[in-house]
Amino acid sequence: MPSTPTPPEAIYPKLAAHARLRDDAQSGATMLLYPEGALVLDDTAAEIIKRCDGVRTVETIAAELAGAFEGNAAEIANDVRDCLRDLGERGLVHLNARPL
Amino acid sequence: MSVPRPYGLLAELTHRCPLHCPYCSNPLALVSRGDELVVGAWIRVLEEAAQLGVLQVGFSGGEPLLYPELPALIAAARRVGLYTNLITSAIGLHDTLLKGLIAAGLDTIQISFQSDGTEQADVIAGTRAHERKIAAAKAVRAAGLPWSANVVLHRNNIGRLGEMIALAEGLGAFRMELANVQFYGWAFANRRELLPTRAQIERADALARSELERLRGRMELIYVLPDYYEKRPKPCLHGWGSRAMTVNPRGDVLPCQAAEAIPGLVFDNVRQKSLGDIWRESEAFNRFRGTEWMPEPCRSCDFKEIDFGGCRCQAAQLAGDAGATDPVCEFSPHRAHVDALLAEIEVQPDGAPQWRHRQEQPGGVL
Repeated sequence: MPSTPTPPEAIYPKLAAHARLRDDAQSGATMLLYPEGALVLDDTAAEIIKRCDGVRTVETIAAELAGAFEGNAAEIANDVRDCLRDLGERGLVHLNARPL
Repeated sequence: MSVPRPYGLLAELTHRCPLHCPYCSNPLALVSRGDELVVGAWIRVLEEAAQLGVLQVGFSGGEPLLYPELPALIAAARRVGLYTNLITSAIGLHDTLLKGLIAAGLDTIQISFQSDGTEQADVIAGTRAHERKIAAAKAVRAAGLPWSANVVLHRNNIGRLGEMIALAEGLGAFRMELANVQFYGWAFANRRELLPTRAQIERADALARSELERLRGRMELIYVLPDYYEKRPKPCLHGWGSRAMTVNPRGDVLPCQAAEAIPGLVFDNVRQKSLGDIWRESEAFNRFRGTEWMPEPCRSCDFKEIDFGGCRCQAAQLAGDAGATDPVCEFSPHRAHVDALLAEIEVQPDGAPQWRHRQEQPGGVL
C-alpha cells in the first residue's frame, strides 16, 4: 500500500483564525468559510476540522475518527492525512510542530 | 427559469473615501453622503441576505470605516451567521475602532496597498496614506485579527510585484490578492495610463507563479490575470445574478458592482422592496441570467456555461452593447477594440502618469 508520509504524526493541526465552520440550513451541510470562499464538507472532513484545536495530534485525530466511523483504521488515517495536507496547502489549517 | 441561491453580498456602505486612486471601481457619479442608507436599513438587508442563503458579506465602499455604525453592522451580520470581511484602506483605523470591530465579531480584514514604497504609493493614492497603512497593518496583526493584503496592479506599480509581496509577507498577511486592474469606473477612464505592457505582464506572471510556490501553505497568493491579455473572457460573477449581489450606498441592488456602467439598466432599491424580491424578480437581475439572452457567437459556443459570455459591463463599455459577447473573447466581433488599445499602449512612452485621480463630484461631501 502506498504510504503518505507527510504530514508526520508529531503535528498539531490548528484551524486558521480566518476560517470558520458553520452549519448551512439550506443544504444541511457543514461548511468551512474563509475570505471569498466556502468548502462544502463531507462528514469526515467536518469531524477532522472540528478536532483541529492545536492540541490534538494528527495521530489522535485519526484514532478518534477511526472510532467514530466504520472502516479500516489505516485507510481512515490516510484520509485524515490527505485531508489535512490539502487544508494545510490552502492555508486553512496550520500544521504546527508543537502543541498550543 | 429557477432562481439560484446567492452566496455573497458586497455592502458598499459609502462612496466617501480619503484616497483618490485612479483605478477606483466606484462609478464616476458617486453617491453623496445625504443619500446613504441608514443603519436600520442595512441591518434589514443583512438579515434578508442571510435568509436568502448568503454566507459572506464584504463591507466595502468607498471607505467603510467612514460609516459610523460599522461595528453595529458587523455584529448584526454575525448574529445571522454571515462571514464578515472588511475591505478597507485602513485610513482611520484607530485603536478604539479596531477593538470595536473585533468585539463585534469581524472575521477578517483586507487592507489595500498601492505599492511597497511610500513615495510611489502616496502618488498613486493621491494622499499621504502608505505609512498609516503600515502602522494599521501592524496594529491589526498585534490584535490577532487575520488580515489580507490587496494590491491593484497597473502599469505604474507592476514592476514592484516582488517587493510588494515581500511587504505583505513581512507584515504577516495570511493572504495577498494581486489583482491586475480591471477597467470599470475610474479605471476605465484612465485605462491608457493603467494598462501594463505585454512585457510587464509576462514578467509579472512568471514571478507570481514562482512566488505562489514559495509561499504555499504560509501566505495564500491570489493572482488575477488582466483579461485584456486573455483570449477568453473571465467567468464574470460565475454568471449574472447567479451567486452574488452588490448593494450600493443608496440602497440600489446591483448584479455587479460596476453595473451602473450599463446604460438603461434599472435597479431596484432596498428602500422599496425586500432583497429577496429584488434578487428573484428585478429586471436588472433577470436581464442576463442564465444563457437565453446570449447572442452568437456565445449561443452556440461550447464555453457558454464556463465563461457565461464574460462581463456585461465590459461589453457595454467596449462594444456599446451590454448584451454582446465580451469583447475580450477571441470569437467576439468586437475584439478589435481590445487589440487596438493593447497596440496603442505598447508605443506609449513611459513617464509620469497623466491619469485623472478619483475626486468627489462638485456638491458631493467628503
